[in-house]
Amino acid sequence: MKKVELIDVSKSYDKQVDVISNIDVTIEPGEFFVLVGPSGCGKSTMLRMIAGLEEITGGIIEIGGKRANHLSPDKRDLSMVFQNYALYPHLTVQQNITFGLDVKKVKKAVQAERANEVAEMLGLTGYLKRKPRELSGGQRQRVALARAIVSEAPICLMDEPLSNLDAKLRAHMRMEIRRIQRKLGITMIYVTHDQVEAMTMGDRIMILHEGKIQQVGKPIDIYNYPANPFVATFIGSPPMNICPARAEPTKSGVFVEDTIHVPLNEEQLVASSARSLLAGIRPEHIKPLVSGTESGNRIQVVVTNVEILGNETVFSFQIGQREWMAKWSGQWDIAIGDHVPILLSSEYFCVFDEETGELIRKPEGLEHLSIAKEVIL
Amino acid sequence: MRDSTLKKVWIYFLLTVTSFLVFFPVLYAFMISFMSGSEILQGRFFPEAFNFDNYAKVFDRLPLFKYLLNSFVVSLTVMVGQLAVCSLAAYAFVFIPFKGRDLVFFLFISTMMIPWEATMIPNFFTIQKLDWLNTYQGMSLPFFALAFGTFLLRQHFKTIPKELQEASQIAGLSRFAFFWKVILPVSKTSLVTLGAYGFLTTWNMYLWPLLITTNSSVRTVQIGLKQLQSQEISTDWGVVMAGVIVVIIPTLLLLFIGQKQLQKGLSQGALK
Repeated sequence: MKKVELIDVSKSYDKQVDVISNIDVTIEPGEFFVLVGPSGCGKSTMLRMIAGLEEITGGIIEIGGKRANHLSPDKRDLSMVFQNYALYPHLTVQQNITFGLDVKKVKKAVQAERANEVAEMLGLTGYLKRKPRELSGGQRQRVALARAIVSEAPICLMDEPLSNLDAKLRAHMRMEIRRIQRKLGITMIYVTHDQVEAMTMGDRIMILHEGKIQQVGKPIDIYNYPANPFVATFIGSPPMNICPARAEPTKSGVFVEDTIHVPLNEEQLVASSARSLLAGIRPEHIKPLVSGTESGNRIQVVVTNVEILGNETVFSFQIGQREWMAKWSGQWDIAIGDHVPILLSSEYFCVFDEETGELIRKPEGLEHLSIAKEVIL
Repeated sequence: MRDSTLKKVWIYFLLTVTSFLVFFPVLYAFMISFMSGSEILQGRFFPEAFNFDNYAKVFDRLPLFKYLLNSFVVSLTVMVGQLAVCSLAAYAFVFIPFKGRDLVFFLFISTMMIPWEATMIPNFFTIQKLDWLNTYQGMSLPFFALAFGTFLLRQHFKTIPKELQEASQIAGLSRFAFFWKVILPVSKTSLVTLGAYGFLTTWNMYLWPLLITTNSSVRTVQIGLKQLQSQEISTDWGVVMAGVIVVIIPTLLLLFIGQKQLQKGLSQGALK
């Protein structure tokens, strides 16, 4: 299993604008690393640079501790799964799987053995003699996966492999890919625009925007402590509510939309003085106001839209100029136009510097639930 | 129900009539090939009896087997040559990025606007200087580079997803191996089309073989037919038509075989 290291990597076309710049990251051996970002953020380009399909215009890329800037793709010891699977239409499933082995002149008997092994792992045994066009989307996806696994390359790259599948199959394949990666211990670099995939699959995720790293870290840390407003709104569904805030040093805190008070400590006050600020709160941290609730920012809002999803209820309302969203678990009997009293606990608020995007105040008091390890039943 | 049967009858009627119109010359030639000289002069459509005298005469008068063989050799050579040259050129135009690729391609395509007859004389001199008159290579080599064929294959190659190339790069396939193992099998339909086209055009070629052949050693059938016509003062049309029928049979066969291949539609299913 190999390490992949990118040192100050950048990429530009026609030596003009950098589409990717200042990429510094180390992907540990055996790690499931997810690159996530909106379309056009350069995540696929970055993956293709690691694969050697795109040239790097600046910086160093190291694979397994060796400089790999000018290595050809096949010398980098990696496999890749493409978004459209890139199966060879004229070959059978078996031939597709063993294609790479055939190129490397592996003995036929060994090829067949390894193909069978992988086919069994992915439930493709009955389809080995078929052509790709006779398979369903999910089966083709598995063939593409099998082709990557059979090569036994220590690094596997995946470029949005699940985006052509329907939602149910996608959820299933997410688990499957994760399970296989754990079992084989491969270093996985996975590109997606889907934050759910990023959150559920990644050991660590990197969020890219306009060719720059926004944040790298464990999914849950990124969710809890987004480094800037972009990350805050990109990860999480519905996105974090973000709105302008005003620093009030005399009141030792900031005011959000003139009504909601969020206290800051000394250090944070210094950082926020004379800056324009943004404050944010996750929809699930907006709580219903019930009698006997301790202190907090209580407001009454008018509901503008409601979505009842069965296990949770998402509704939106207006505060100041902006539309906010709240997510409560359970089924709530709320209608458009209703006046709903809500509680905005100041501890849950993030405060960002608007210009630099820097996180000034981390949210506090996040609940970490855990269950007792002993058997209760 | 009734409407649709009526419609079908009408469509089949139209198809029959038009196909008869299209096939009439060939059909008439076929009929004439069984007629004697006096029957033809009477202007009849059906012969009195199907006798094969004319066919016997054709093979008697001309080294027709030799000509057929020559035609086969030349047409096959041109076909294979065109497939090789055009597919390689198209591959370069699609899969190998180089500076000025579009410009070169445009130049390449623009040669389609120059009529073949205009380049015939320089070509003739080239072949003459190479001392290739009366040789197979002289008959076939000038037709290897075909702008139309390159264009046709390029259009097909462009529909092949780039990811296939990238996947084979990662697998460690060389450029030529990718061309040989992936591109050619995937483009089978276009290759068959181009092959059939190349074969047929060469088979039917008259002017060039006439120019560079001076004896029957490498002459093709089309010239043979012309020889039949002008050998005597009054042409024996029955014999000529018998020759024509013999000559078009291989063409028709090729068309049938090719069509079956074309219908297979091998290019489906590359993507999701």
